Amino acid sequence: MNIPASYVLSLSGVLFSLGILGVLIRRNAIVIFMSIELMLNSANLAFITFARMLGPSPEALRGHVMVFFIIAVAAAEVAVGLALIVTIFRNKETINVDEVNSLQG
Amino acid sequence: MTTDLAIFLGLAVISTLAGISMLLSRNSIYSVLFLVLNFLAVATLYLLLNAAFIAMVQITVYAGAIMVLFLFVVMLLGPERDQLGGPFRWQLPVAVVLAVGLMIELGFVMLSRSDGLVNAVSSLGEGFGSPASVGRLLFSEYLVPFEITSILLLVAMIGAIVLTRSGSREGR
Repeated sequence: MNIPASYVLSLSGVLFSLGILGVLIRRNAIVIFMSIELMLNSANLAFITFARMLGPSPEALRGHVMVFFIIAVAAAEVAVGLALIVTIFRNKETINVDEVNSLQG
Repeated sequence: MTTDLAIFLGLAVISTLAGISMLLSRNSIYSVLFLVLNFLAVATLYLLLNAAFIAMVQITVYAGAIMVLFLFVVMLLGPERDQLGGPFRWQLPVAVVLAVGLMIELGFVMLSRSDGLVNAVSSLGEGFGSPASVGRLLFSEYLVPFEITSILLLVAMIGAIVLTRSGSREGR
């Protein structure tokens, strides 16, 4: 694909802003969590674009390795985060983040 | 307009619309499915950017495993009515203004870059981004981080089991 890298980086920026918007305006904990995944994904897109841009140099593939690690860490994060959400729902009967506001459980 | 640009614009529109629909849909299940669509569009973009291995990992791990986990939890907790607003009603316009401002700023910074995707595919090394090349790097230079990742996944697995275990919790 021969298009300017700045276009793909802009798309990455747009997706990141959408993720931030989701974290700010939604009150459902699961949707907030999915917005965080969207932001991680847009960061991955930027990594891949830079790797493609630096193409011939031997350093370029490290971008791909970094994306691989980000995906692995995201998987671990999702497992723990969803377990937390399930536990909160079991105690509070809600996953609306505005109603989960007491520290004493 | 070249074919490459047309394909890219199509994928960009699909992923952006899927992201917006994810934010706006009231039903969490639709949100999950729109996010899967977004991940698939981005995976196609990875494929076009000569990242075959990452594209496959994106589809199997992200769009497959992680989103199935999300879907499972959404189904487990049941449909939650989600009203925008709540106690902080002033938060919505402020959030939209801030997010749009960030979007414009990021777009301006990225579009004002002068360097581009000037390297033709032929100038990339043989098998750039293939499973073999990424795997060779992963198991030689990045072997220690790779092993640490396995410990991280084990810790996450144990943590998830401990958190959701119901029997020994006192009371509820």
